[in-house]
Amino acid sequence: MARVAFDHVTKVFAADSVAVDDLSLEVDDGEFMILVGPSGCGKTTALRMIAGLEKATAGRIRIGDAVVNQVPPRDRDIAMVFQNYALYPHMTVYDNLAFGLRERKTPKAEVQRRVREVSEMLSLAELLKRRPAQLSGGQRQRVAMGRALVREPKVFLLDEPLSNLDAKLRVQMRAELKRLHGQLGITTIYVTHDQVEAMTLGDRIAVMSAGRLQQLGAPQDVYDHPVNLFVAGFIGSPPMNLVRGRADGGRVVAGTFEMQRPGTPDGEVVVGVRPEAFVLGREDLPVIEVVIEVVEPLGDEIIVHGTAEGSAARSGAEEDDLPPIASGSRAPITARFDPTARFQPGQRLRLGVEPDRVHVFDARSGLALAAPAAG
Amino acid sequence: MTNLHPDPAREPAQIELPAERRFPFSPWHPVLLPIALVMLIPMIWMVVTSFETISEARRFPPVLVPSSIQWQNYLDVLQDAPFIRWFINSTIVTTASVASNLLFCSLAGYAFARIPFFGRDAVFVLILVTLMVPFQVVMIPVFLIVKQAGLIDTLGGLILPNLAGAFGVFLLRQFFRSLPVELEEAAMIDGASRIGVLFKIVLPLSGPVLATLGVITFMWTWNDFLWPLITIYSSDNMTLQLGLTTFQGRHQASTNLLMAANMMTVLPTLILFFLAQRYFIRGIATTGLKG
Repeated sequence: MARVAFDHVTKVFAADSVAVDDLSLEVDDGEFMILVGPSGCGKTTALRMIAGLEKATAGRIRIGDAVVNQVPPRDRDIAMVFQNYALYPHMTVYDNLAFGLRERKTPKAEVQRRVREVSEMLSLAELLKRRPAQLSGGQRQRVAMGRALVREPKVFLLDEPLSNLDAKLRVQMRAELKRLHGQLGITTIYVTHDQVEAMTLGDRIAVMSAGRLQQLGAPQDVYDHPVNLFVAGFIGSPPMNLVRGRADGGRVVAGTFEMQRPGTPDGEVVVGVRPEAFVLGREDLPVIEVVIEVVEPLGDEIIVHGTAEGSAARSGAEEDDLPPIASGSRAPITARFDPTARFQPGQRLRLGVEPDRVHVFDARSGLALAAPAAG
Repeated sequence: MTNLHPDPAREPAQIELPAERRFPFSPWHPVLLPIALVMLIPMIWMVVTSFETISEARRFPPVLVPSSIQWQNYLDVLQDAPFIRWFINSTIVTTASVASNLLFCSLAGYAFARIPFFGRDAVFVLILVTLMVPFQVVMIPVFLIVKQAGLIDTLGGLILPNLAGAFGVFLLRQFFRSLPVELEEAAMIDGASRIGVLFKIVLPLSGPVLATLGVITFMWTWNDFLWPLITIYSSDNMTLQLGLTTFQGRHQASTNLLMAANMMTVLPTLILFFLAQRYFIRGIATTGLKG
């Protein structure tokens, strides 16, 4: 087990595309660290640099106390699970698991013992004689995990390991991963674009965008206190509602929404409210008037999509040019309620928000202004 | 109820299929069959003649069913010429060429496919360019090199220029590039060296393309006539193809013996082709596509 550190690491690919831009990040011994961001944000490149599959253009990468920039992958004592699993198709599950040990000249009895141990831990014992082509997606995924675990590496790297599984299996494997990490305590770095995985798995998450680290912290902290518009828009599903507004003398106005926030510098701002922060029937709170367009009952909750007066702000984390549900010049608003509430499309709602659950960002820099106390 | 048996009510649907589908063969077969026959006739004639007596072989129109099977023809050939010697020579030269081509083309093809180094693409293009130069152009320089090496009139002189070929490097590079690179990265993280990755991961997954290269090299070397002709002059070092021509000179008249000799020359190629044709065709079909 070991700490992993990026020290001002930059990776430039040919043709001047900067994949990772001056990344500094420390992963503690035994920590479960999530690198999360949209595709192309540099998270996978960062992971591949730890593995030694990419060379850093500048900066230092440390595993334990050693700078490993020049160390080949096989001498780094790391293990990696690839997105497509990369199981050796011509070998049985047993040989797949044993490959790394044999390459390291582990005595035969020891290989047998460890393969057996890992295959029991991941319930692969029945599958040892099969080849990868004869396994289901979930089984392949477990073999890939087993192949990484069997070597008892210092650092465990996972590159979107659950993205090829169907939704049900993903939930199951997510819990399994968390259990394994708790049991083994290996330093783990996990790359994902799925913010549910980011929220549920990590001790800390590092949100990346365009090669830069945007925010680093415990998942709940990042969720409650996003430092900028990008993080606010990226973390959370459905994402935070963002409406353009103005701050003037401690008063923040966005469409029909109005609240006091002393100390807010005058100027253009973006007001952000998480879907679950809205409450019904609280006229004493700052209120936003929403016209319902679509109601999605999910069983355990109801998601209401509507529009409010004002104009939408972009965080930079949106999926590519998805048309917003709201049309025209109104701002789309998404709100989340418990399933007992009843809504109709076309209905007008007056939604109250606790002032300390309103996020205010500087419209120009995107940085959070005077972060509220709680999400 | 079982789903394995078709519902009888549905069967009329099959009758409505286009008429051609009811033939038990593809519509291409009537076209291809005569062409195949034309190709086969010389082959069949060779087989038949090799079992005939000399008078039957000379008759016209040709006798297609010999009165008796003359195994003696084969024995005569074996006694009359150092046929076994030539066979062994051909086998040595071909085996060495196939083995070295598989090894060296794998090494070079892998380097060109995966290892970044300065001038890689330029060197690869240069290698490809040599494919466009006919052998007759480089024949004399190659002869001079082999002569310098003191290998004229030796089997070594036949093997040396065929140790590796541009075609093999190209074929394997294209195939290796189609393999998922994560497999190799996983193996490197697992502790394998570059060479280990090649031999333990890449080559075991390259069976069809290696078989293709092996068969092509085999046929090329086994059937090569021109290079042995200018390199070899003593009968003991001749390959089958070269020996066959000296045999032809001496047995101008004995067509049946000549065909028996031809049979023995062609047989290994035929056997190999039939054994490997599955890979051969699949290898050609998948080269450059996703493996």
